[in-house]
Amino acid sequence: MKKLIAIFVGILAVCAVIAGLNHQMNAKTTSNEKKVLNIYNWGDYIDPDLITKFEKQTGYHVVYETFDSNEAMLTKIKQGGTSYDLTVPSDYTVQRMIKSGLVAKIDKSKLSNYKNIDSRFLNLSFDPNNDYSIPYFWGTLGIVYNDQFVQADQVQHWDQLWNPAFKKSIMLTDSARDMLGVALITQGHSMNTTNYSELKSAQEKLNLLMPNVKAVVADEIKMYMKQNEAKIAVTYSGEASEMMSYNKHLHYVVPDEGSNMWFDNIVIPKTAKHKAAAYDFINFMLEPKNAAQNAEYIGYSTPNKAAMKYLPADVRNDKQFYPAESTVKNLEVYKDLPLKVIGNYNDLFLEFKMSK
Amino acid sequence: MEMQKKSFFMVPYLAWIALFVVAPMALILYQSLFDITGHFTFSNYTSYLESTTYLKMTFNSIWYAFLITFFTLLISYPTAYLLNRLKNKRLWLLLIILPTWINLLLKTYAFIGLFSQNGSVNDFLRFVGAGSHQILFTDFSFIFVASYIEIPFMILPIFNSLDEINPSLINASRDLGASAWQTFKRVIVPLTMPGVKSGFQAVFIPSLSLFMITRLIGGNRVITLGTAIEEHFLVTQNWGMGSTIGVILIIAMFVVMFLTRERKSKGGQSR
Repeated sequence: MKKLIAIFVGILAVCAVIAGLNHQMNAKTTSNEKKVLNIYNWGDYIDPDLITKFEKQTGYHVVYETFDSNEAMLTKIKQGGTSYDLTVPSDYTVQRMIKSGLVAKIDKSKLSNYKNIDSRFLNLSFDPNNDYSIPYFWGTLGIVYNDQFVQADQVQHWDQLWNPAFKKSIMLTDSARDMLGVALITQGHSMNTTNYSELKSAQEKLNLLMPNVKAVVADEIKMYMKQNEAKIAVTYSGEASEMMSYNKHLHYVVPDEGSNMWFDNIVIPKTAKHKAAAYDFINFMLEPKNAAQNAEYIGYSTPNKAAMKYLPADVRNDKQFYPAESTVKNLEVYKDLPLKVIGNYNDLFLEFKMSK
Repeated sequence: MEMQKKSFFMVPYLAWIALFVVAPMALILYQSLFDITGHFTFSNYTSYLESTTYLKMTFNSIWYAFLITFFTLLISYPTAYLLNRLKNKRLWLLLIILPTWINLLLKTYAFIGLFSQNGSVNDFLRFVGAGSHQILFTDFSFIFVASYIEIPFMILPIFNSLDEINPSLINASRDLGASAWQTFKRVIVPLTMPGVKSGFQAVFIPSLSLFMITRLIGGNRVITLGTAIEEHFLVTQNWGMGSTIGVILIIAMFVVMFLTRERKSKGGQSR
């Protein structure tokens, strides 16, 4: 029994030491408050040179942490205990964060470069006044094809994917909303539909695509497309730009009848401790030259209108990543649908994946 | 004093069981009783049992797990038997176990390289004039890779049970006039059954919930309960349904454990 007590006392002592250390470290970070900026961003989603430039210009020390999915980021911020000053959620996650009160309002009067953003990309449904979020990059959902196997005119529209000639040659992204969304568009419905019968008929249409489906995967699409494993993939423009930089036979098409338009946005979590630094950084990133440099490094489309003229002409005029206005007006941003409806999307998609 | 000492040494074990076995299972059970909006309900279970999708998926998982176990057993038993007769058997065994030290994902990615359109296997097939084939994203590739990964876990217990057989039993059997085949069938196989059973448990149960391989090698053309759990926790955020499937898997695990339990000998039949 004595030994037992000794062990418990030992454990308590260790806990006390850890708590003390923790307190000490917290105290340390607060004493350095003015000099630090904690950024929580997707992996490899900023030109590191820009961070160095920002540090030099302003004297802040940037701590850069990364996540690999909106859900992972959301869970971490929700659980608290973090004090990130900036993070970069996608559109529907912004909406969710606003709803659960996780993000702070942004005072746009402090952002002198806010005016550089293209008005087409402001005041969208997920944050109607941009009170909470500043668009960072945008992109689309589209078709990547390999010109060694497929002619360009064979894959200009979603409906062409159902062509029997593409037996077992299409890779789909493992995402219920994207894939059901494609089927919804071919049937003339909204990608944000909540109508079950529309969803059901979209799933039936999607089932007919199954013979052409080679695999339903996620990040691996990049690897497979680079290695010429599949002829066609349905994926996001961001992913497409990365694979295209490795394999020159790959091309990207945004069907002009409609598709999804997504946004990654900078937000300031409520728990942020260095708001002034956060504002400085957002403003820094909105500077046309910096935005252009970042866009060139990442390869995604920038919403910064003033930055366009700093981009090389072949990037700026690339219809794959900066589609024509006639296409853009058909693009839809995802709304954060009620959980029940999202459940329907996922159940139907799971059923689709089970159909062989 | 003796009692106290015993209970003292029980502490780490009990703490382990409580924290890492009982508590997680209780949490899963608790989670499974809430629907996506956070209301207490049994609807996860009823929708599981009513949905043909989930039932089909369960059947698929069991079927694939069975196939994987079957093929691993088919390969492992003769291998273990032969290994046991070799001179430096410990060394050979080590060579078979060695690949388990390599990360599972790395091995899986290696198979992507081997099986892809421009991979070594297709290169070889083209070389011998058989043309290239779609190997990745098929049932074959999924079962092949899963079996490859599980084989050491089947060989090890069988090898050990073979190793433990007292050679005098085999000698006695031969002395008493049994042929080599009879000795194998009547002496060696019954004596290695415990090894086969624990190998079965070690392979079948993890195979039920494989998910990384279903995606990487099966391209999600093979859907198992593991895939569904991953999806419910990470994508749908429907932890209730994910936990429900988890509970079903735990029940399946207990059923398998029960069916392959070591039976107390009834008379002289199995001993």
